Parts: sequence; C-alpha cells; structure tokens
Amino acid sequence: MTGPDLSRRAFLRRGVGGAAGLTIAFHLPGCVASEEAAPTEGEAPFLPNAWLRIGGDGTTTVVLAKSEMGQGVMTALPQILVDELDGDWSSLRIEEAAAGPEYGHPWLGPQVTAASSSVRSSMQPLREAGAKARAMLIAAAAQQWAIHPSACHAENGFVIETEGTRRAGYGALAEAASRLPEPDVVLLKELGDFRLVGRSVPRLDIPEKVTGRARYGIDVDVPDMLVAVVARCPTFGGSAKDFDDGPALRVPGVKTVVPISSGVAVVADGSWAALQGRKALRVTWDKGDLAGLDSETIAADLVAMARESAVTARDDGDVTGAMARAATTLHAEYRQPYLAHAAMEPPNCTALVTDDACTVWAPTQAQGKSRRVAAEITGLPETAVQVHTTFLGGGFGRGLEADMVREAVELSRDLRVPVKVLWSREDDLAHDFYRPPSYHRLSAGLDASGSPVAWTHHVACPSLLGRDRPLADDELDRTSVAGAADMPYDIPNVRCDWTRVEPGVPIGWWRSVGHLPNVFAVECFIDELASLTGADPYQFRRVHLRRSGRHRAALDVAAAESGWGKSLPRGRARGIAVGEAFGSFVAQVAEVSVELGRVRVHRVTCAIDCGMVVNPEIVTQQMEGGIVYGLTAALHGRIDIVDGAVKQQHFDDYRLLRMSEMPEVEVHILPSAEPPGGVGEVGVPTVAPAVVNAVAVLTGRRLRSLPLVL
Amino acid sequence: MFIQGLSEPSLSMTAFELNGRRVVARSSPGTPLLWVIREEFRLSGTKYGCGLGQCGACTIHLDGAAVRSCQVPLAAVEGKRVATIEGLSSSGSHALQDAWVAEQVPQCGYCQAGQIMAAAALLRHTPRPTDDDIERALEGNLCRCGTYLRIRRAIHRAAGATG
Repeated sequence: MTGPDLSRRAFLRRGVGGAAGLTIAFHLPGCVASEEAAPTEGEAPFLPNAWLRIGGDGTTTVVLAKSEMGQGVMTALPQILVDELDGDWSSLRIEEAAAGPEYGHPWLGPQVTAASSSVRSSMQPLREAGAKARAMLIAAAAQQWAIHPSACHAENGFVIETEGTRRAGYGALAEAASRLPEPDVVLLKELGDFRLVGRSVPRLDIPEKVTGRARYGIDVDVPDMLVAVVARCPTFGGSAKDFDDGPALRVPGVKTVVPISSGVAVVADGSWAALQGRKALRVTWDKGDLAGLDSETIAADLVAMARESAVTARDDGDVTGAMARAATTLHAEYRQPYLAHAAMEPPNCTALVTDDACTVWAPTQAQGKSRRVAAEITGLPETAVQVHTTFLGGGFGRGLEADMVREAVELSRDLRVPVKVLWSREDDLAHDFYRPPSYHRLSAGLDASGSPVAWTHHVACPSLLGRDRPLADDELDRTSVAGAADMPYDIPNVRCDWTRVEPGVPIGWWRSVGHLPNVFAVECFIDELASLTGADPYQFRRVHLRRSGRHRAALDVAAAESGWGKSLPRGRARGIAVGEAFGSFVAQVAEVSVELGRVRVHRVTCAIDCGMVVNPEIVTQQMEGGIVYGLTAALHGRIDIVDGAVKQQHFDDYRLLRMSEMPEVEVHILPSAEPPGGVGEVGVPTVAPAVVNAVAVLTGRRLRSLPLVL
Repeated sequence: MFIQGLSEPSLSMTAFELNGRRVVARSSPGTPLLWVIREEFRLSGTKYGCGLGQCGACTIHLDGAAVRSCQVPLAAVEGKRVATIEGLSSSGSHALQDAWVAEQVPQCGYCQAGQIMAAAALLRHTPRPTDDDIERALEGNLCRCGTYLRIRRAIHRAAGATG
C-alpha cells in the first residue's frame, strides 16, 4: 500500500474547508459535458472535496477544473479520481468548475491548464480525493451494518460486505458519509489494483463532438447578446488616432462603434453584421514605433546580439580548453521564425458586466488570469467574477492569453449588455502572441576517436518569462534554453549561453515552448557530428546517452519499430531524433523522400516513455497530434514581419498540414511505473530534426532553418 | 439612414429546407448561410474557421453536396435542401458518427462536424472510397489537432458498415 502524502493534506483541506466556495463551484450553470442532464441528487449529496459530489441517487459528479482543448483531460482526470473512489464510471457526470482559488494550480499558482501538467500535477490530489471519499463511504456502510470497515470493500459504486451478502450503493450512503469526519490517513491503491487508470477508456467528450452538440466559446449564446468585431492596428504597438464610424453605422444590424484598449470595436446584433461593419469602418492609425520592423532585421539582430553578451545557463568542465585540444571541431547555426498558434476556433470571449457582477464565458486555458483581468477592468472583487470555461477548439498556448477577455469585458462594461467578441482568422494570424524566433550557434569538439569532448550551444531569442515580469540583466529565462541547457548527451565539457533579444513583436507560449527550437538544434547538430565521424546516427546517440536510460530506451524502441538499418524503397531515407520535455521522453524516426523538390514524410515511428499512463489511447492521440503540429512547423510554419505587421493573413499563406501530407504514424508507449509525465507537448519537438536528418541522408544537405526550404 | 440597396434584415424572407424542415430565414439575402444557420436557427454545430472557404469547418450539405456554408449567400439556397451536422441523424448514430466514436477521432473537435459532413457527401456517391478518394474529398478540411489518420480509418470503417 502506498501511504498518504501528508504534506498534501493542507491542499486538500483548503478545498474541503472552503464551504462557501464549494457551494458556488457546484451549483453554477454551464456544465459542458451533459447540459441537458440537470443534477438530480437527493437532499444531502456527499461533497467530500472540490472535485467530487455523490448524490442521493448515486450520481457521481466529477468537477473538471482543467480546460478540455482536445488533450483529453475531461476523461483522464476523472479516470484517476473514479478509480480510487471505486465509483461507477457508467453513471458519471462531468461538470465544469467555476473558476476559483480552490482550483489554483499546485505548481503554477492561478487556475490554468498549461505546461503539459494536468495529469502530472493532479494525479496525487485526485487520487487522494477519490480514496478519501471511498474510505468515508465504506465507514458509513460499516457503521450502518455495525461491523468494522476492514470487513467491507468498495466496487463499482457499491460498498460490499466482503464475507457477507450485504451491499449498499454510494447514493444510499451519501448522506451518512457526509456526516462522517474526514479520515486522517488515506490508503491509495497499488498500481496493479487500478481498474480505470491505464485503460483506453473512450473519451467522454467525443459523442457530443460528432453530433455538433459540443459547445465552444464561439457558440455561447446569451439572451440580448451583441457581437463585436474589433479593428486593431495592423502594426504592433500602434493605436487608433481617429475613426469615422458613419459607414459602419449604416450597415444594417450595427448598433454602435466603441473605442476600446485594443482598437475600435464594431458592435452589432450578429456576427455577419459586425464583420461587415468593421469592413466599412474607417480608422486612421498611429502606426507606432515598430512600423519599420521586418523579419530580416530581427534575424540579423538575433545574430548580432548573440555576439555581444550572454547569460550562462550551463557550464560544465572546461569547454574552451577542451575545444582547443579537440582533434576536430564543427560549427553550425540554426534558425527558427515566429509562428502563430492558429487553433481552428479563433479567439473569442463573451462577457456580461452588471453593477455588482461580471460573468465571462471563454474558451480559455487561463481561468485565474481571466478572472484577474475582468476584476481589474470592472473594479469588482475577483469573487464577483465568474469565469465559465467552454470547450476549446484548440488551445496550444493561445488560450493562456486574456486579450480576448479584456475586450469582451471592456465592451460589456461600457454597453451593459452581454457582448461576444469574435475574432476573424485574419485577426487571429495578425494579432497572436507568437512563438518567439530564435538563433542557435552550436560548436562541438571531437577527440581523435570521434567522441565529442566539448559542446557549446548559444541561444538568442526573446524571453517569455521576461514578458510578464522584469528580468534582471543577468537573469536566465529557463524556458528559453529548455532542451538546450539540459541536452542529454554525455559530454564532459558543456556550455549553454542565452542572449535575450526583444524585437517587440508580441510573443507567447506555443505548444512545446522552448523545446521545439532547442531540441531541433541539438538533434540536428548531434546528427551532423555522427555524420562527421561516419557513425550510424542511432548508435552514435545511443553511445553518448550513457547516463540517460530513459532517452536510450525510447530511442531503442523507435529504432527497432521503424526497421532502422533495414533497406527502404529507392529514394527514401530515415532520420532519427530523441528528446525529453515535461517529464516525458520521446524518440521519433521519420521516413522521408524528396519529390519534385519537396520534402515528403511517409511515416513517423514514435516511442514515448511518459511514466505511468492514465489512458494509452489519449497518449497515442497526443503523439499523433504533436507530430502533426511539429511537422506543420517543419514544412510550412512561418510568420513574417513586414513593415511592423504580420504578412500572413489566411490559411493559404499560413499553411496547416493537410490530409494528403499526413504520414502514417505509429506510436509505441513504453511500460513504466515512473510518475506520470506530460504528453500534450512532448510529441512536437523531435519530428522536425528527424525529418531534417533524413533529408541529409537523401541529399547530402543539412537544412538548418525552419520551415524547410530545399 | 441606410445605404440604398441594403435591405433591412427583417424585410427579407428566404424559404428553404433545413434538416428536413421547411424554414423561412429573415436574415438579409447576402448573409453567408453559415451565420444564418448558427445565429438565426441557432444550430451551432457548423463552425466558423476562416470565412473564405479555406478550412472546411463550416461544411454542410446543399442538395446533398458538400459545400462551404461561409461561401454560400442565403439567397442562393431559396427552395433548396440544406443539411447540417445536427440533421445527419436524429440520434447521432449515423454510420460515420459511430465510426468517429469507434476510432476516437476528435481531439478538440472543432473541425469535426465539417469533416463528417464532407465524408457523408463522399460516401453518398462513393460508397467504398479508396484512400485517394478520401484525400480528394477531404483535402480542404483542415484539422490543427492532426486527426487525419483517424478520419481516414473512420471513413473506411463506416463504408464497411454500410457498404
């Protein structure tokens, strides 16, 4: 038996103790999972903690405090809790949590769905929540039957007298259980005792996603709601100098035109009228200080500033001496552009501000931040702000921003009616918080036997941490060097430096954050070293991953399953890459050809060690999705800045991977009893280097910039 | 004061069949069908993704053919049959919907109504599609979550179930 982690009790108690908070959390409308099924619990539901409620009729309700954006939390998190509860999965209801401090992120502070951390950070609290409730239900039954709790066990929503015939459903025990004290000690299941965890339980969100019933942010429909579309200055840092609302107001359906902090909003009785109204609106922009900015200048600045100063992220051994003594040295530079998130659901938010309350409905990953922003704008206390999280039509980090929340709340504050702010696709691509561009200079020294003895990696890029709080001059942004400073190869002398460059284009968290750019550079460069020594790139990695068994094991599975070393049809080659991110280890082999001057990826074999697995099918989905996200960046992804504005406007010039470009993907999950790792992002970084390394085999050319241009 | 030629929305009426029911839309005739379906008839399964016919999220059936509802003005559907994801089956158990569940296709799910409607139109005239047929029919339906392999499998599964 696993003993309870007593340090977690304080956390659980906060959830349990905030009775008022709980009442709010449990009785708000806006349930995203089963809207039509109103709660039917009896008089005294059992509310053992902030995530669980058991009704007198036996209905088990799990409160979801994470955003479902495709990554499967709506299924995986309840799996964990209901397993420890020994609850009845078939009678489960899922309810959206009302944003509140009891759902704060145990690592990140405010309530947020980020950093591939939902399962990782919720595993222990949810297991304890389930186990504690189970213990209380068992105690209630034992009390009724006047036997010792140890003579009972729980199964599928019932407490059963182990050596007898009596059994009682959780619903019948709910009231009695609610009057019992919380147990001081909870016993968690042994790994082998799980019934739900580790199984590919079908996703709970899928039935409503194939019928059109699933409600996304864009589908929010509040009585008397108006729809707003905002004209924003095309150049970053610009603002509206003047506007003529006459032509916009003449568009049927347009109600008013309102200047707000992000631009000028056209407010109408429907989306089409608002879009047409904006087209008619005349705005004179003050283009701001960045109007002359372009991608070429930014790229040159990254290189130039990397020569000037740096913060050291890692410095093992004597790199300078080792490099000087090396038999051979190799240098290479890698570059990556800005990227947009381009979730299929464009940003949107609906808000209703009244004198004493503010309600926000949003496809958000950041309930805590949304609440804070709404409180700031309205002057209301955060407790007067309700944030309802809808399904997200893709998150990828874009939902961590509250810019759309700000717009909706400002408008509803001014107009005192519910307002939905709708972004067009053009708005989305032109006003994203972009994945930062980066420049990487790598050098390595090899000894006479071809072993790397020195490695340096200098990263130059904007700082995501520095965006939200001041960084000291010598302060390191670890997210900027993730995957670089902790590169896994066993080399005695290693240095990693970081130079912060801030061109001024808005930047944001983008699926896999620093790992894609950094792992790309590391995994392309290690491949170049292998080539230089004439070694097989898989074996070369393997040899120099002496100290990381988990990297090596993933590499071995990916290589074996891909048929590494076996012959391929003419014109095809394999490339390999390995990496770690968010506590999980991934290796991928890409099978590639070059046809008519274009890179074509036929097959990707992916091996993942994400520790203990909650739902293997969801892990597989996330690897498939991560590979597509990474491959899109490799083959197509670029946001160019021209005259201070984004050049790409639509899906025809910001291309997403299409069905015809989709490789076969095979995912192999390594068995593991390690603590769970994240899976939402770790599939992204390794595919681009695997493809580049295959292209090098085919063409002899090392492509060192993304997107790939032959 | 209104611009000449633009009519008040309430003055216009367009009659068509929506998911098997005769309806009269009052939106102005130039309004893209997408917004009429979503906002006048409150069927929100059909999604806005780009407004230019470049993503396929708004795919519906017009007289049985898959079209981008963001590119069809309301006036063009007078007297025609329009079907949305909500009208694909009364119980949500069309062979494609069952197959979509069996293959666990959706992640975020936002594009999936459009994908399913495109697939349904394909199966109507090509009951046993090849991979190439599927690719041709769904090439314009984008999925940022990368569910393409599962979509293909689900279409084959549904074709097998109905064929």
